[in-house]
Amino acid sequence: MYVHVIVGLAVLILGSTGGEIAITHGMKSVGEPARLRPAAVLQFLRRAVGNGWFWTGVPLMALSFYALLLLLSWAPISLVIPASALSYVAGTLGAKFILGEDVSIARWAGVILVCIGVALVAAG
Amino acid sequence: MASAKRLRIKTLAMILAMVVCANAGDLLLKYGMAQIGAVELTAHGISQAFRLIVTSTTIWLAIFFLIGFMVSYMTVLSWADYSYVMPAGAFGYAALTFLAVVYLHESVSPRRWIGVALICVGVLLVGQTKPRTTEVPSEVAA
Repeated sequence: MYVHVIVGLAVLILGSTGGEIAITHGMKSVGEPARLRPAAVLQFLRRAVGNGWFWTGVPLMALSFYALLLLLSWAPISLVIPASALSYVAGTLGAKFILGEDVSIARWAGVILVCIGVALVAAG
Repeated sequence: MASAKRLRIKTLAMILAMVVCANAGDLLLKYGMAQIGAVELTAHGISQAFRLIVTSTTIWLAIFFLIGFMVSYMTVLSWADYSYVMPAGAFGYAALTFLAVVYLHESVSPRRWIGVALICVGVLLVGQTKPRTTEVPSEVAA
């Protein structure tokens, strides 16, 4: 495998995971809507788009999307999409070590099964 | 505990909304772009495609669902763990396979069925865990 494909995959996985972790952190600091009613959710969204972590996450996810477009021009889709399923593992590691979530054995087992399952489904 | 049960139901309902919106948005976008046809990569071709895209009801409906996905995703992450929402959302891949078989009569390879089975077991395992393991910040809880 070529170096640029490996770098592209790393940017794809770390970009989407980093972006989602930044957004999760932002949403946790914004706090949940008081009620799940349109007015309260709109108020929540106003606070959310004013949060710096949200705007840290969005460009990281955009970067990941551009990496995906580049990768699809370099490598077969049957390699790129199943490999991107590794983001489930990367995301869980990030949730544990950056967000401080308690990832139990059952949750780890579920994540690994989902990761393999998504790779198989994407491979067709 | 009633509040723990409420948290689980609220989280699962929001993840379901997320999956439905993402799948509906993607399918409508694909359908809308197929109606427009292959875009010619010339100034004229692109401007014509742009006009067709902004006047397409299907594309606007797709955008509406994709915004719905983003809103439900942000909302659920305001209370639930990322390591809970992310794998549980993979249920969408399994749902898409079932929809493809039932409505589009697509044939699905054994490898893909094994993948669907693994996703279902994985989502059930993650679903058993507590949706939230971190502290609620005190100023938010108050």
